Amino acid sequence: MNTSYIELSYVQVACAALLVLVNGAISAALGLGMQKHWLLAVVRTVVQLTLVGFVLEWVFREERWYVVLVMMIVMTLIAAQTAGSRSERRYPGIYRNTILSVWISAWVTAAYGLLVILQSEGSWHQPQYAIPLLGMILGNTLNGISLGLNTFTDSLVRQQDEVEVLLALGATRWEAAHGPTQHAVRTGLIPVMNSMMVVGIVSLPGMMTGQLLSGTAPLQAVKYQIVIMFLIASATALGTVGIVLLTYRQLFNKDHQFLHERLK
Amino acid sequence: MPLSHDESLLDACNISRRLENGPSWLLHAVSCRLWPGDRVAVTGPSGGGKTVLLRALVWLDPFNTGHLLWKGAPLLGRDTPSFRRQVIYLHQQPVLLDGTVEHNLRQPYSLQMHSDTQYDRQRTITRLEQMGRQADFLDLPTRTLSGGESQIVAVLRAVQLEPVVLLLDEPTAALDEHGTRAVEQTVLGWQAENPAQRAFVWVSHDAQQARRVAIRFWHIDQGHLKERSSEP
Repeated sequence: MNTSYIELSYVQVACAALLVLVNGAISAALGLGMQKHWLLAVVRTVVQLTLVGFVLEWVFREERWYVVLVMMIVMTLIAAQTAGSRSERRYPGIYRNTILSVWISAWVTAAYGLLVILQSEGSWHQPQYAIPLLGMILGNTLNGISLGLNTFTDSLVRQQDEVEVLLALGATRWEAAHGPTQHAVRTGLIPVMNSMMVVGIVSLPGMMTGQLLSGTAPLQAVKYQIVIMFLIASATALGTVGIVLLTYRQLFNKDHQFLHERLK
Repeated sequence: MPLSHDESLLDACNISRRLENGPSWLLHAVSCRLWPGDRVAVTGPSGGGKTVLLRALVWLDPFNTGHLLWKGAPLLGRDTPSFRRQVIYLHQQPVLLDGTVEHNLRQPYSLQMHSDTQYDRQRTITRLEQMGRQADFLDLPTRTLSGGESQIVAVLRAVQLEPVVLLLDEPTAALDEHGTRAVEQTVLGWQAENPAQRAFVWVSHDAQQARRVAIRFWHIDQGHLKERSSEP
Protein backbone atom coordinates (compact mmCIF):
# COMPACT_ATOMS: atom_id res chain seq x y z
CA MET A 1 0.00 0.00 0.00
CA ASN A 2 1.08 3.49 -0.74
CA THR A 3 1.87 5.42 2.43
CA SER A 4 2.76 8.74 0.86
CA TYR A 5 -0.06 10.52 2.69
CA ILE A 6 -0.18 12.31 6.04
CA GLU A 7 -1.61 10.03 8.75
CA LEU A 8 -4.38 11.86 10.58
CA SER A 9 -4.52 11.85 14.37
CA TYR A 10 -7.71 12.33 16.42
CA VAL A 11 -6.41 15.75 17.48
CA GLN A 12 -6.33 16.85 13.87
CA VAL A 13 -9.90 15.64 13.39
CA ALA A 14 -10.92 17.59 16.48
CA CYS A 15 -9.39 20.73 14.93
CA ALA A 16 -11.68 20.23 11.94
CA ALA A 17 -14.65 19.92 14.29
CA LEU A 18 -13.89 23.46 15.49
CA LEU A 19 -14.99 24.67 12.05
CA VAL A 20 -18.54 23.55 12.70
CA LEU A 21 -18.62 25.96 15.63
CA VAL A 22 -18.97 28.65 12.95
CA ASN A 23 -22.22 27.03 11.84
CA GLY A 24 -23.45 27.03 15.41
CA ALA A 25 -22.44 30.65 15.86
CA ILE A 26 -24.30 31.69 12.70
CA SER A 27 -27.37 29.88 13.89
CA ALA A 28 -27.22 31.54 17.29
CA ALA A 29 -26.53 35.03 15.90
CA LEU A 30 -29.39 34.89 13.42
CA GLY A 31 -31.74 33.06 15.74
CA LEU A 32 -32.16 30.16 13.33
CA GLY A 33 -32.55 27.71 16.19
CA MET A 34 -30.36 25.16 14.45
CA GLN A 35 -27.69 24.77 17.12
CA LYS A 36 -29.14 21.54 18.45
CA HIS A 37 -29.44 20.13 14.96
CA TRP A 38 -25.85 21.04 14.20
CA LEU A 39 -24.69 19.30 17.31
CA LEU A 40 -26.67 16.22 16.36
CA ALA A 41 -25.32 16.35 12.81
CA VAL A 42 -21.73 16.55 14.06
CA VAL A 43 -22.23 13.68 16.46
CA ARG A 44 -23.91 11.55 13.82
CA THR A 45 -21.16 12.20 11.30
CA VAL A 46 -18.50 11.18 13.78
CA VAL A 47 -20.34 8.17 15.15
CA GLN A 48 -21.59 6.77 11.87
CA LEU A 49 -18.28 7.13 10.05
CA THR A 50 -16.30 5.75 12.98
CA LEU A 51 -18.56 2.73 13.14
CA VAL A 52 -18.20 2.20 9.41
CA GLY A 53 -14.46 2.56 9.86
CA PHE A 54 -14.38 -0.27 12.38
CA VAL A 55 -16.58 -2.44 10.20
CA LEU A 56 -14.41 -1.77 7.18
CA GLU A 57 -11.20 -2.45 9.10
CA TRP A 58 -12.63 -5.78 10.09
CA VAL A 59 -13.95 -6.67 6.63
CA PHE A 60 -10.65 -5.69 5.01
CA ARG A 61 -8.71 -7.76 7.52
CA GLU A 62 -10.92 -10.83 7.18
CA GLU A 63 -11.04 -10.84 3.38
CA ARG A 64 -13.61 -13.62 3.46
CA TRP A 65 -15.97 -13.78 0.50
CA TYR A 66 -19.03 -14.30 2.70
CA VAL A 67 -18.24 -11.31 4.89
CA VAL A 68 -17.92 -9.13 1.81
CA LEU A 69 -21.11 -10.62 0.39
CA VAL A 70 -23.10 -9.91 3.56
CA MET A 71 -21.75 -6.36 3.61
CA MET A 72 -22.78 -5.87 -0.02
CA ILE A 73 -26.26 -7.24 0.65
CA VAL A 74 -26.76 -4.95 3.64
CA MET A 75 -25.61 -1.92 1.64
CA THR A 76 -27.99 -2.84 -1.17
CA LEU A 77 -30.98 -3.30 1.11
CA ILE A 78 -30.38 0.00 2.88
CA ALA A 79 -30.07 1.78 -0.47
CA ALA A 80 -33.31 0.18 -1.70
CA GLN A 81 -35.14 1.04 1.49
CA THR A 82 -34.01 4.65 1.25
CA ALA A 83 -35.00 4.91 -2.40
CA GLY A 84 -38.48 3.58 -1.63
CA SER A 85 -39.13 5.59 1.47
CA ARG A 86 -38.38 8.90 -0.22
CA SER A 87 -41.36 8.50 -2.49
CA GLU A 88 -44.24 10.73 -1.47
CA ARG A 89 -46.81 8.40 -2.95
CA ARG A 90 -46.82 4.73 -2.32
CA TYR A 91 -48.50 1.69 -3.72
CA PRO A 92 -48.60 -1.96 -2.65
CA GLY A 93 -45.34 -3.65 -3.64
CA ILE A 94 -43.26 -0.48 -3.75
CA TYR A 95 -40.47 -1.93 -1.59
CA ARG A 96 -40.27 -5.15 -3.58
CA ASN A 97 -39.90 -3.03 -6.71
CA THR A 98 -37.21 -0.71 -5.33
CA ILE A 99 -35.24 -3.66 -3.97
CA LEU A 100 -35.44 -5.43 -7.33
CA SER A 101 -34.38 -2.43 -9.36
CA VAL A 102 -31.59 -1.33 -7.01
CA TRP A 103 -30.29 -4.84 -6.67
CA ILE A 104 -30.25 -5.84 -10.31
CA SER A 105 -28.94 -2.57 -11.70
CA ALA A 106 -26.18 -2.11 -9.11
CA TRP A 107 -25.00 -5.70 -9.00
CA VAL A 108 -24.96 -6.25 -12.74
CA THR A 109 -22.91 -3.10 -13.22
CA ALA A 110 -20.65 -3.78 -10.26
CA ALA A 111 -20.04 -7.30 -11.54
CA TYR A 112 -19.11 -5.91 -14.93
CA GLY A 113 -16.76 -3.42 -13.30
CA LEU A 114 -15.08 -5.97 -11.04
CA LEU A 115 -14.88 -8.96 -13.34
CA VAL A 116 -14.61 -7.50 -16.82
CA ILE A 117 -12.97 -4.11 -16.36
CA LEU A 118 -10.79 -4.42 -13.26
CA GLN A 119 -10.42 -8.18 -13.58
CA SER A 120 -9.59 -7.83 -9.90
CA GLU A 121 -6.87 -10.27 -9.19
CA GLY A 122 -8.01 -13.70 -8.12
CA SER A 123 -11.55 -12.87 -7.20
CA TRP A 124 -14.40 -10.40 -7.07
CA HIS A 125 -14.54 -10.36 -3.31
CA GLN A 126 -11.49 -8.26 -2.56
CA PRO A 127 -13.10 -5.71 -0.23
CA GLN A 128 -10.71 -2.98 -1.38
CA TYR A 129 -12.47 -2.93 -4.78
CA ALA A 130 -15.84 -4.52 -4.28
CA ILE A 131 -17.09 -2.36 -1.45
CA PRO A 132 -16.21 1.17 -2.58
CA LEU A 133 -17.23 0.33 -6.13
CA LEU A 134 -20.63 -0.99 -5.12
CA GLY A 135 -21.03 1.82 -2.61
CA MET A 136 -20.53 4.49 -5.22
CA ILE A 137 -22.81 2.77 -7.68
CA LEU A 138 -25.52 2.34 -5.04
CA GLY A 139 -25.29 5.93 -3.84
CA ASN A 140 -25.93 7.25 -7.31
CA THR A 141 -28.43 4.64 -8.48
CA LEU A 142 -30.43 5.37 -5.37
CA ASN A 143 -30.86 8.99 -6.46
CA GLY A 144 -31.92 8.05 -9.96
CA ILE A 145 -34.39 5.50 -8.70
CA SER A 146 -35.98 7.70 -6.10
CA LEU A 147 -36.18 10.65 -8.52
CA GLY A 148 -37.62 8.46 -11.26
CA LEU A 149 -40.12 6.83 -8.92
CA ASN A 150 -41.23 10.09 -7.41
CA THR A 151 -41.60 11.79 -10.77
CA PHE A 152 -43.52 8.87 -12.23
CA THR A 153 -46.07 8.49 -9.45
CA ASP A 154 -46.41 12.24 -9.13
CA SER A 155 -47.10 12.83 -12.81
CA LEU A 156 -49.51 9.90 -12.90
CA VAL A 157 -51.50 11.47 -10.11
CA ARG A 158 -51.42 14.93 -11.63
CA GLN A 159 -52.15 13.68 -15.14
CA GLN A 160 -54.67 11.03 -14.18
CA ASP A 161 -57.28 12.65 -16.42
CA GLU A 162 -54.96 12.81 -19.42
CA VAL A 163 -53.99 9.18 -18.97
CA GLU A 164 -57.63 8.16 -18.73
CA VAL A 165 -58.67 10.23 -21.73
CA LEU A 166 -56.05 8.41 -23.78
CA LEU A 167 -57.31 5.05 -22.52
CA ALA A 168 -60.88 6.09 -23.30
CA LEU A 169 -59.86 6.98 -26.86
CA GLY A 170 -58.45 3.49 -27.44
CA ALA A 171 -54.85 3.90 -26.30
CA THR A 172 -53.07 0.83 -25.00
CA ARG A 173 -51.85 1.05 -21.43
CA TRP A 174 -48.34 1.62 -22.74
CA GLU A 175 -49.45 4.49 -24.97
CA ALA A 176 -51.44 6.02 -22.14
CA ALA A 177 -48.49 5.90 -19.73
CA HIS A 178 -45.96 6.98 -22.32
CA GLY A 179 -45.71 10.66 -21.34
CA PRO A 180 -45.20 10.11 -17.60
CA THR A 181 -42.80 7.22 -18.31
CA GLN A 182 -40.56 9.33 -20.53
CA HIS A 183 -40.69 12.23 -18.13
CA ALA A 184 -39.74 10.04 -15.15
CA VAL A 185 -36.82 8.29 -16.83
CA ARG A 186 -35.47 11.56 -18.15
CA THR A 187 -35.74 13.24 -14.74
CA GLY A 188 -34.05 10.30 -13.04
CA LEU A 189 -31.09 10.53 -15.38
CA ILE A 190 -30.56 14.29 -15.35
CA PRO A 191 -28.26 14.37 -12.26
CA VAL A 192 -25.89 11.76 -13.70
CA MET A 193 -25.86 13.46 -17.06
CA ASN A 194 -25.16 16.81 -15.38
CA SER A 195 -22.34 15.48 -13.27
CA MET A 196 -20.75 13.83 -16.30
CA MET A 197 -20.95 17.13 -18.16
CA VAL A 198 -19.07 19.14 -15.55
CA VAL A 199 -16.88 16.50 -13.92
CA GLY A 200 -13.35 17.78 -13.42
CA ILE A 201 -14.30 21.35 -14.37
CA VAL A 202 -16.73 22.39 -11.68
CA SER A 203 -16.21 19.53 -9.27
CA LEU A 204 -13.49 17.08 -8.44
CA PRO A 205 -15.26 13.87 -7.59
CA GLY A 206 -14.83 12.54 -4.07
CA MET A 207 -13.22 9.31 -5.08
CA MET A 208 -10.63 10.99 -7.26
CA THR A 209 -9.86 13.49 -4.53
CA GLY A 210 -9.38 10.62 -2.13
CA GLN A 211 -7.03 8.83 -4.47
CA LEU A 212 -5.01 11.98 -5.06
CA LEU A 213 -4.72 12.56 -1.30
CA SER A 214 -3.51 9.03 -0.78
CA GLY A 215 -0.77 9.51 -3.36
CA THR A 216 -2.14 7.91 -6.50
CA ALA A 217 -0.73 9.35 -9.73
CA PRO A 218 -3.28 11.82 -11.15
CA LEU A 219 -3.70 10.03 -14.46
CA GLN A 220 -4.37 6.76 -12.68
CA ALA A 221 -6.91 8.47 -10.45
CA VAL A 222 -8.52 9.97 -13.54
CA LYS A 223 -8.79 6.59 -15.25
CA TYR A 224 -10.48 5.14 -12.20
CA GLN A 225 -12.83 8.07 -12.08
CA ILE A 226 -13.78 7.66 -15.74
CA VAL A 227 -14.53 3.99 -15.22
CA ILE A 228 -16.63 4.79 -12.17
CA MET A 229 -18.58 7.51 -13.98
CA PHE A 230 -19.52 5.07 -16.72
CA LEU A 231 -20.49 2.39 -14.24
CA ILE A 232 -22.64 4.90 -12.37
CA ALA A 233 -24.25 6.16 -15.57
CA SER A 234 -25.24 2.71 -16.70
CA ALA A 235 -26.40 1.53 -13.28
CA THR A 236 -28.52 4.63 -12.84
CA ALA A 237 -30.08 4.17 -16.26
CA LEU A 238 -30.84 0.51 -15.58
CA GLY A 239 -32.21 1.23 -12.12
CA THR A 240 -34.36 4.17 -13.19
CA VAL A 241 -35.87 2.35 -16.15
CA GLY A 242 -36.31 -0.68 -13.89
CA ILE A 243 -38.28 1.10 -11.17
CA VAL A 244 -40.42 2.99 -13.69
CA LEU A 245 -41.33 -0.18 -15.60
CA LEU A 246 -42.02 -2.18 -12.43
CA THR A 247 -44.20 0.63 -11.13
CA TYR A 248 -45.97 0.82 -14.48
CA ARG A 249 -46.76 -2.90 -14.32
CA GLN A 250 -48.14 -2.43 -10.84
CA LEU A 251 -50.40 0.46 -11.79
CA PHE A 252 -51.64 -0.60 -15.23
CA ASN A 253 -53.17 -4.04 -15.63
CA LYS A 254 -53.56 -6.29 -18.65
CA ASP A 255 -57.10 -5.06 -19.15
CA HIS A 256 -55.62 -1.63 -19.98
CA GLN A 257 -56.93 -0.04 -16.81
CA PHE A 258 -55.12 2.56 -14.77
CA LEU A 259 -55.33 1.41 -11.14
CA HIS A 260 -55.10 4.93 -9.72
CA GLU A 261 -56.68 3.82 -6.45
CA ARG A 262 -53.49 1.93 -5.65
CA LEU A 263 -51.52 5.19 -5.45
CA LYS A 264 -51.77 6.68 -2.02
CA MET B 1 -87.72 0.95 -31.10
CA PRO B 2 -86.82 -0.49 -34.50
CA LEU B 3 -84.60 -3.56 -34.17
CA SER B 4 -82.97 -4.60 -37.40
CA HIS B 5 -81.56 -7.69 -35.72
CA ASP B 6 -81.73 -9.11 -32.23
CA GLU B 7 -78.04 -8.76 -31.44
CA SER B 8 -77.35 -6.33 -28.64
CA LEU B 9 -74.39 -3.97 -28.82
CA LEU B 10 -73.21 -3.72 -25.26
CA ASP B 11 -74.33 -5.71 -22.25
CA ALA B 12 -73.43 -4.99 -18.66
CA CYS B 13 -73.98 -8.15 -16.64
CA ASN B 14 -74.38 -7.86 -12.91
CA ILE B 15 -71.63 -5.28 -12.45
CA SER B 16 -70.68 -4.21 -8.95
CA ARG B 17 -67.94 -1.91 -7.98
CA ARG B 18 -66.66 -0.31 -4.84
CA LEU B 19 -63.48 1.44 -3.82
CA GLU B 20 -60.75 -0.66 -2.28
CA ASN B 21 -61.86 -1.17 1.33
CA GLY B 22 -64.64 1.32 0.62
CA PRO B 23 -67.74 1.07 2.76
CA SER B 24 -70.45 1.40 0.15
CA TRP B 25 -71.10 0.11 -3.34
CA LEU B 26 -70.63 2.61 -6.14
CA LEU B 27 -72.49 0.25 -8.45
CA HIS B 28 -74.70 -2.48 -7.11
CA ALA B 29 -75.31 -5.49 -9.37
CA VAL B 30 -76.05 -3.29 -12.38
CA SER B 31 -77.26 -4.98 -15.54
CA CYS B 32 -78.23 -3.07 -18.64
CA ARG B 33 -78.31 -3.58 -22.36
CA LEU B 34 -77.60 -1.21 -25.17
CA TRP B 35 -79.17 -2.00 -28.53
CA PRO B 36 -77.93 -0.80 -31.90
CA GLY B 37 -79.43 2.59 -32.58
CA ASP B 38 -80.23 3.23 -28.92
CA ARG B 39 -80.39 6.74 -27.55
CA VAL B 40 -80.32 6.54 -23.77
CA ALA B 41 -80.44 9.34 -21.22
CA VAL B 42 -79.21 8.72 -17.69
CA THR B 43 -80.46 10.83 -14.83
CA GLY B 44 -80.08 10.61 -11.10
CA PRO B 45 -78.87 12.58 -8.11
CA SER B 46 -75.27 13.74 -7.76
CA GLY B 47 -73.07 11.00 -6.40
CA GLY B 48 -75.66 8.40 -7.37
CA GLY B 49 -73.31 6.61 -9.73
CA LYS B 50 -73.88 8.20 -13.16
CA THR B 51 -70.18 8.73 -13.87
CA VAL B 52 -69.23 5.40 -12.34
CA LEU B 53 -71.75 3.72 -14.64
CA LEU B 54 -70.30 5.30 -17.78
CA ARG B 55 -66.76 4.45 -16.70
CA ALA B 56 -67.89 0.89 -16.10
CA LEU B 57 -69.39 0.65 -19.59
CA VAL B 58 -65.90 1.21 -21.09
CA TRP B 59 -64.26 -0.86 -18.38
CA LEU B 60 -62.01 1.96 -17.19
CA ASP B 61 -61.93 0.48 -13.68
CA PRO B 62 -61.83 -3.14 -12.55
CA PHE B 63 -65.14 -4.66 -11.40
CA ASN B 64 -65.75 -6.44 -8.13
CA THR B 65 -68.31 -8.62 -9.84
CA GLY B 66 -69.78 -8.89 -13.31
CA HIS B 67 -68.54 -8.45 -16.84
CA LEU B 68 -69.26 -6.79 -20.16
CA LEU B 69 -70.43 -8.34 -23.40
CA TRP B 70 -69.57 -6.57 -26.63
CA LYS B 71 -71.79 -7.64 -29.50
CA GLY B 72 -72.72 -10.74 -27.54
CA ALA B 73 -69.20 -11.91 -26.70
CA PRO B 74 -67.42 -11.48 -23.38
CA LEU B 75 -64.90 -8.65 -23.51
CA LEU B 76 -61.33 -9.84 -23.03
CA GLY B 77 -58.60 -7.71 -21.48
CA ARG B 78 -56.36 -7.71 -24.52
CA ASP B 79 -59.24 -6.47 -26.71
CA THR B 80 -59.93 -3.43 -24.53
CA PRO B 81 -58.13 -0.91 -26.75
CA SER B 82 -60.01 -2.00 -29.88
CA PHE B 83 -63.24 -2.06 -27.87
CA ARG B 84 -62.58 1.48 -26.63
CA ARG B 85 -61.96 2.54 -30.16
CA GLN B 86 -65.60 1.70 -30.87
CA VAL B 87 -67.05 2.76 -27.53
CA ILE B 88 -65.73 6.16 -26.53
CA TYR B 89 -66.26 7.70 -23.13
CA LEU B 90 -66.18 11.46 -22.65
CA HIS B 91 -65.13 12.78 -19.27
CA GLN B 92 -67.37 15.22 -17.50
CA GLN B 93 -64.53 17.72 -17.26
CA PRO B 94 -63.11 18.00 -20.76
CA VAL B 95 -59.44 17.08 -20.64
CA LEU B 96 -57.32 18.60 -23.37
CA LEU B 97 -53.62 18.37 -23.96
CA ASP B 98 -51.37 21.38 -24.17
CA GLY B 99 -51.12 22.81 -27.68
CA THR B 100 -53.64 23.96 -30.25
CA VAL B 101 -57.15 22.70 -30.81
CA GLU B 102 -56.01 20.99 -33.98
CA HIS B 103 -53.18 19.25 -32.14
CA ASN B 104 -55.77 17.77 -29.81
CA LEU B 105 -57.94 16.64 -32.68
CA ARG B 106 -55.01 15.03 -34.47
CA GLN B 107 -53.60 13.38 -31.37
CA PRO B 108 -55.80 10.23 -31.28
CA TYR B 109 -54.66 9.31 -34.79
CA SER B 110 -51.15 8.77 -33.45
CA LEU B 111 -52.47 5.88 -31.37
CA GLN B 112 -51.93 2.37 -32.68
CA MET B 113 -55.68 1.71 -32.69
CA HIS B 114 -56.43 4.57 -35.04
CA SER B 115 -53.42 4.19 -37.29
CA ASP B 116 -55.58 2.91 -40.15
CA THR B 117 -57.55 6.16 -40.33
CA GLN B 118 -56.49 9.73 -40.92
CA TYR B 119 -57.35 13.12 -39.62
CA ASP B 120 -59.68 14.89 -42.06
CA ARG B 121 -59.22 18.62 -41.79
CA GLN B 122 -61.98 19.55 -44.21
CA ARG B 123 -64.48 17.37 -42.40
CA THR B 124 -63.45 18.91 -39.10
CA ILE B 125 -63.99 22.42 -40.41
CA THR B 126 -67.44 21.45 -41.67
CA ARG B 127 -68.35 20.11 -38.24
CA LEU B 128 -66.92 23.19 -36.55
CA GLU B 129 -69.04 25.46 -38.73
CA GLN B 130 -72.11 23.49 -37.75
CA MET B 131 -71.17 24.26 -34.16
CA GLY B 132 -70.82 27.95 -34.95
CA ARG B 133 -67.02 28.17 -35.09
CA GLN B 134 -64.68 29.10 -37.90
CA ALA B 135 -61.58 27.35 -39.18
CA ASP B 136 -59.29 29.67 -37.19
CA PHE B 137 -60.68 28.04 -34.03
CA LEU B 138 -58.31 25.15 -34.84
CA ASP B 139 -55.26 27.32 -34.21
CA LEU B 140 -56.27 28.46 -30.73
CA PRO B 141 -54.15 27.18 -27.86
CA THR B 142 -56.33 25.04 -25.61
CA ARG B 143 -55.20 26.98 -22.55
CA THR B 144 -57.17 29.99 -23.76
CA LEU B 145 -60.45 28.11 -24.30
CA SER B 146 -63.48 28.62 -22.09
CA GLY B 147 -65.08 25.62 -20.40
CA GLY B 148 -67.74 25.45 -23.08
CA GLU B 149 -65.24 25.66 -25.93
CA SER B 150 -63.18 22.89 -24.36
CA GLN B 151 -66.34 20.81 -24.21
CA ILE B 152 -66.86 21.34 -27.94
CA VAL B 153 -63.31 20.22 -28.71
CA ALA B 154 -63.71 17.11 -26.56
CA VAL B 155 -66.97 16.17 -28.29
CA LEU B 156 -65.45 16.80 -31.69
CA ARG B 157 -62.38 14.74 -30.85
CA ALA B 158 -64.59 11.77 -30.03
CA VAL B 159 -67.13 12.13 -32.84
CA GLN B 160 -64.51 12.42 -35.59
CA LEU B 161 -63.23 8.94 -34.66
CA GLU B 162 -66.63 7.60 -35.76
CA PRO B 163 -67.25 5.32 -32.80
CA VAL B 164 -70.20 2.94 -32.64
CA VAL B 165 -71.13 4.03 -29.13
CA LEU B 166 -70.61 7.35 -27.37
CA LEU B 167 -70.84 7.62 -23.61
CA LEU B 168 -71.31 11.29 -22.75
CA ASP B 169 -70.97 12.56 -19.21
CA GLU B 170 -72.86 15.85 -19.04
CA PRO B 171 -71.27 17.11 -22.25
CA THR B 172 -73.16 20.42 -22.17
CA ALA B 173 -72.70 21.26 -18.49
CA ALA B 174 -70.44 24.22 -19.25
CA LEU B 175 -72.29 25.48 -22.32
CA ASP B 176 -74.87 28.19 -22.86
CA GLU B 177 -78.19 27.52 -24.59
CA HIS B 178 -76.66 28.03 -28.03
CA GLY B 179 -73.63 25.84 -27.40
CA THR B 180 -75.80 23.17 -25.83
CA ARG B 181 -77.92 22.93 -28.95
CA ALA B 182 -74.80 22.81 -31.11
CA VAL B 183 -73.39 19.85 -29.17
CA GLU B 184 -76.75 18.10 -29.23
CA GLN B 185 -76.97 18.56 -32.98
CA THR B 186 -73.44 17.28 -33.47
CA VAL B 187 -74.05 14.13 -31.47
CA LEU B 188 -77.49 13.52 -33.00
CA GLY B 189 -75.96 14.16 -36.43
CA TRP B 190 -73.26 11.59 -35.81
CA GLN B 191 -75.92 9.10 -34.72
CA ALA B 192 -78.12 9.87 -37.71
CA GLU B 193 -75.30 8.98 -40.10
CA ASN B 194 -75.88 5.36 -39.17
CA PRO B 195 -79.07 5.33 -37.13
CA ALA B 196 -79.59 1.57 -37.14
CA GLN B 197 -76.18 0.96 -35.62
CA ARG B 198 -74.82 3.93 -33.64
CA ALA B 199 -75.93 4.39 -30.06
CA PHE B 200 -75.21 6.74 -27.21
CA VAL B 201 -75.69 7.00 -23.48
CA TRP B 202 -76.05 10.60 -22.34
CA VAL B 203 -75.81 11.65 -18.73
CA SER B 204 -77.77 14.80 -18.11
CA HIS B 205 -79.02 16.84 -15.20
CA ASP B 206 -81.59 18.43 -17.40
CA ALA B 207 -84.84 16.47 -17.87
CA GLN B 208 -85.77 18.57 -20.89
CA GLN B 209 -82.51 17.72 -22.55
CA ALA B 210 -83.01 14.05 -21.74
CA ARG B 211 -86.36 14.15 -23.49
CA ARG B 212 -84.87 16.01 -26.45
CA VAL B 213 -82.06 13.57 -27.20
CA ALA B 214 -83.17 10.19 -25.90
CA ILE B 215 -85.72 7.45 -26.52
CA ARG B 216 -84.81 5.36 -23.46
CA PHE B 217 -84.33 6.55 -19.91
CA TRP B 218 -82.22 5.12 -17.15
CA HIS B 219 -82.23 6.35 -13.60
CA ILE B 220 -79.40 5.60 -11.23
CA ASP B 221 -79.46 6.23 -7.51
CA GLN B 222 -77.11 4.85 -4.85
CA GLY B 223 -75.59 2.48 -7.34
CA HIS B 224 -78.90 0.93 -8.42
CA LEU B 225 -79.97 1.25 -12.03
CA LYS B 226 -83.62 1.33 -13.08
CA GLU B 227 -85.11 1.71 -16.50
CA ARG B 228 -87.99 4.13 -16.85
CA SER B 229 -90.57 4.21 -19.58
CA SER B 230 -90.31 8.00 -19.83
CA GLU B 231 -88.48 10.87 -18.24
CA PRO B 232 -90.88 12.66 -15.89
